[in-house]
Amino acid sequence: MIVVTMGNMSTFIDTLLAPLQYEFMQRGMIAAILVGIVCAVVGSYMVLRGMAFFGDALAHTILPGIALGYLVSGGAREPLFWWSLGTSIVAALGIGAISKNSQIKEDTAIGIIFAGMFALGIALISTVRSYAVDLSHFLFGDVLSVSTSSLWLILIFGGIVLLIVFAFYKEFTTLSFDPVLAATLRLPVGLLNNLLLTLIAVTVAVSLQTVGVALMVAMLVTPAATAYLLTHRLSHMMILGAVLASLSGVIGLYLSFYLSIASGAAIVLTATAFFMIAFGWKQITQK
Amino acid sequence: MYPHTHHQQDQPILDVLSLTVRYNGRVALEDLTFHLHEGERVAVVGPNGAGKSTLFKAIAGVLQPNFGEVKIYGSRPRGHVCIGYIPQRTQVDWNFPVSVADVVMMGRSAKLGPLNWPHKKDWEVVHHALETVEISNLAARQINQLSGGQQQRMFIARALAQEAELMLMDEPLSGLDTPAQEGLLNLLDRLKTENVTVMVATHDLDQAANHFDRIMLLNHRLIAFGYPDEVLHTDNLLQAYGGRLKPVDGQNILSVDDCCDDGEHEHIH
Repeated sequence: MIVVTMGNMSTFIDTLLAPLQYEFMQRGMIAAILVGIVCAVVGSYMVLRGMAFFGDALAHTILPGIALGYLVSGGAREPLFWWSLGTSIVAALGIGAISKNSQIKEDTAIGIIFAGMFALGIALISTVRSYAVDLSHFLFGDVLSVSTSSLWLILIFGGIVLLIVFAFYKEFTTLSFDPVLAATLRLPVGLLNNLLLTLIAVTVAVSLQTVGVALMVAMLVTPAATAYLLTHRLSHMMILGAVLASLSGVIGLYLSFYLSIASGAAIVLTATAFFMIAFGWKQITQK
Repeated sequence: MYPHTHHQQDQPILDVLSLTVRYNGRVALEDLTFHLHEGERVAVVGPNGAGKSTLFKAIAGVLQPNFGEVKIYGSRPRGHVCIGYIPQRTQVDWNFPVSVADVVMMGRSAKLGPLNWPHKKDWEVVHHALETVEISNLAARQINQLSGGQQQRMFIARALAQEAELMLMDEPLSGLDTPAQEGLLNLLDRLKTENVTVMVATHDLDQAANHFDRIMLLNHRLIAFGYPDEVLHTDNLLQAYGGRLKPVDGQNILSVDDCCDDGEHEHIH
């Protein structure tokens, strides 16, 4: 049992406020919250449609695009958003087309392309001297170096993604639950599928600086999956997922600040802990 | 409003001409020709893999025929929103986070059109549909809390909310216990007053004979299509089921040794 006295309370508040004196922490917090909301909403569809592997592959596939942008712009970070956005959309629609038309099984085709592209990205980045540091930022994120202009890009593009999901909520939900019904209702199934792939791609680009390529799939599916265990309606799943993802971002950054651990990893570990708790609770209450 | 085709009321609700569908290089349906009248109830009977699901998907316009054509009120199915396809229960993700009313509302997606959220009128349609199938008390339930019979009723309500005029039901009776089967068959009888045309894929020859206007015997080809007493002859059944049909010793009974999912055997007297 924890007894909170007035003295303890004020040190607790100090603990919470101390990191926020730093502007990079404030920006990081805002970025983590925004990214968490967008990832959980889009990720809800990915969890329900079994697209985790696709999300993981997509995030890895854009590395050569980022690397190319990095080489072309001589190491500047600002243009990288646009490079990752472009590569991500092309890769998402490309993977979508391949998995539909391929003779090889879908997951094998995706696996071959994603590993190949990922290797190409590493090869490109390895031509630069500061290779190790830069690569680790792309792979695992660097949310504490988010600039104000990057924050605006996250806000604008994340907002567009949320608006489109809101506008086509009933279509995406019908399509995800019963594609045959969507087809018999003459919904534009191909168009909607590609729109959803594009939204996932934009989400990946928006989230890149927060968790990086290698941990991206966790932001996309872990909070959404946690919410899936605890809710019975898709809208509730999206909202709870967004709350859990934002909380994971904030708690993760505090852990990162006080324990000096990598920010992306701290956020993902927090989200994973939420999932484990929900999973355990579900196991206990169902028996 | 998503685009859809208007009906030519002087044309039959369903007109199938020389329909041929190949699936992964194999012939699933070969040269099917038949037509249905409005308000008719037809049982589609045949062994597993006979092409029943394929036929329904081709009629619904989800699968493109390789040869021949399907016409709904005189035009191709691709533009029609009046076809309700009710999937096999095993094809559905029952843990999907939606309520019964949510699923029934999905049937309104086409009528609502893009960028519209359900209006009061749409919720009224949904509740009326749930009343018709007698599960309005379950509207707020998550779908994995339904029994097998209730699951089928929910999908029928969805087709009603869609204002479907042709309902294609893929094995709605399999896996249900007898009371649930009877309840569902009674419901289908009542739908006749709503002038809904129904095609039901089934394994049960007895039910097909007792509850449907006409029976279609299918095994890739159309073996017979007509009134139950015309269709259910040993010759026809042997053609449909081939070696899986064995006369029971000394009696005028045929046993269908069909590999159903639940391993049940079917009998016809």
